[in-house]
Amino acid sequence: MASVEIHDLCIRFGNNEVIKDLSLDVVDGEFLVLLGPSGCGKSTLLHSIAGLIDVAGGRIDIGGTDMTWADPTDRNIGMVFQSYALYPTMTVERNMSFGLRINGTPKAEIERRVNRAAEMLQLQPLLHRKPSQLSGGQRQRVAIGRALVREAGVFLFDEPLSNLDAKLRAELRRELKLLHKNLGSTMIYVTHDQVEAMTLATRIVVMRNGKIQQIGAPAEVYEKPENLFVAGFLGSPGMNILSGRLNVSSNGLVFVSKGLTLDIASCPLMGRPGNEQEVLLGIRPENLLIHAAGELQATVSVIEPMGNHHVVWIDFNGNLLSSIVTGALTFRVDEAVRFTIDVAKVSLFDKTSEQRL
Amino acid sequence: MTAVANPLPITLRPRRLGPARIGVYAFLLCASLFFLMPLYIMLVTSFKTMDEIRLGNIFAFPVSVTVEPWVAAWTSACTGVSCDGIRGGFWNSLMIVIPSTILPIFLGALNGYALSFWRPRGSQVLFGILMMGAFIPVQVMMFPLVRILATLGLFSSLPGIVLVHVIFSMPVMTLLFRNYYLSIPQELFKAARIDGGGFFRIFVQLMLPMSTPIIIVAAIMQVTGVWNDYILGLVFAGRDNLPMTVQLNNVINTTTGTRLYNVNMAATILTSMVPLIIYFVSGRWFVRGIAAGAVKG
Repeated sequence: MASVEIHDLCIRFGNNEVIKDLSLDVVDGEFLVLLGPSGCGKSTLLHSIAGLIDVAGGRIDIGGTDMTWADPTDRNIGMVFQSYALYPTMTVERNMSFGLRINGTPKAEIERRVNRAAEMLQLQPLLHRKPSQLSGGQRQRVAIGRALVREAGVFLFDEPLSNLDAKLRAELRRELKLLHKNLGSTMIYVTHDQVEAMTLATRIVVMRNGKIQQIGAPAEVYEKPENLFVAGFLGSPGMNILSGRLNVSSNGLVFVSKGLTLDIASCPLMGRPGNEQEVLLGIRPENLLIHAAGELQATVSVIEPMGNHHVVWIDFNGNLLSSIVTGALTFRVDEAVRFTIDVAKVSLFDKTSEQRL
Repeated sequence: MTAVANPLPITLRPRRLGPARIGVYAFLLCASLFFLMPLYIMLVTSFKTMDEIRLGNIFAFPVSVTVEPWVAAWTSACTGVSCDGIRGGFWNSLMIVIPSTILPIFLGALNGYALSFWRPRGSQVLFGILMMGAFIPVQVMMFPLVRILATLGLFSSLPGIVLVHVIFSMPVMTLLFRNYYLSIPQELFKAARIDGGGFFRIFVQLMLPMSTPIIIVAAIMQVTGVWNDYILGLVFAGRDNLPMTVQLNNVINTTTGTRLYNVNMAATILTSMVPLIIYFVSGRWFVRGIAAGAVKG
């Protein structure tokens, strides 16, 4: 077990500054997910923690010691890669024990650790197979096992589930969460899949262009996005955005948009916004409620059945808004519906800075 | 429910022998005749007696088959002054080929591994220089190399000729292995680094066992290349180590009395036997090797 502290990290590829002055504290035992679109620097950050990429500046502490220039193998880490990266000429058992054999661990100890990892990941029947004889899910389990036997303080995962099909992904995701519960080790996990981030993380770090956009618990990041980018990146379907302006008066706060006047006095704001300020109103689909008594009216445009719920897209004055409807539908496409917005749960962003108000 | 009585008729893929097909086959036939005809003439001639050869029917099958020319070529044909056949050359060639195959493969693999995974500073420049070496004709470097080897005391010796072969094969071997290793995911190497593997351990325990296909390809290229070499063997091997190709040339150019065409033919076939066998046995691998060198530069 170990914590990871990153101070003012800079990483350059040639003249291209991928990460600039990034600082991040990973608490001992937490499951931290680095989330962002491809090219945002999240994998680069992970590889620099592993020591596989040289840093241009800054400092990385693992378990309280400066590891900025330490060899990957000395950093007390285990790593799992997207492409599994299993040694193709070795059996599962030898794949897992390779690192231990290199540093001269006694045979009995190697056997104990391999068996323990194999047991945790249900790999015992596969120990003498070659990677080519395994399925994708099994391969990734072996890769996780190989990281486990190192009994490292920090486990690094580089999009480990991206090469698997949807069903296996969900299965392994659950296994990873269980593993974290049982081991209690620090885990840093890189993904571009917001579902993985939401389900696994104790804290999510949303990244963009090498900069951290927001750090927080999954619910916090989801419900109170710091800026428009975070709001749009999390959630499926994404947050509905309406453009308008604020009307601040002594008796309340009113959001005015084309054909919509919404009293948002109950919306929690961080500061005091100015009158006539141009803003963007963000509404999560589940906070846009379609019911007969709603005060607003729109036309149903598309209905997407999802099995246990429906995503209903409604046309509201030319804006296409999504709503999640559970239970039976009482309307059909092209019919008019009435809806309300749960004002207590909306987000408000400044139009120019795109920051949360 | 009963099974369907008459299933749908299955239509076979129509066979067409259009003019294009006929053209292709005609071309292939001509090409193979072009290459097989000399081989046929050599084979039949080598089994004929000199009297039969003088009749001049070079396409005719031997009337009385004799293996005498083969025995003579192997044991008693004259190469210049000595008349011991070309068997000495065979063993010399073998002595040259074995180290000149193993060493370049090992060093080429090591180079390719270092260039594609460790990428030390300036490795791109180094690789560029190495590739330039592949395009400079051997003849340009001949004289300087003679001087260098003479200074080192390796001229006209077995280690000398092996060293020359190692040097001249380095660009191609490096390119071959570098391209092969570039197709292996970097993550594999990174995983091994985290597992604590050093430069040589990753090479020996991980990369070499994965390289079997490319090692076979490299071995085929190197064995045939070194075996067929003439000029380097002639210049650098020295009189005691002359390879088979040089001795063959001596056999054919030694004229005392009549030209023994049948012996010459037999000696030629014997000399080309090793590459021929390799081509036949390893056709698939050889093609793969050519493709491996061509696809990624």
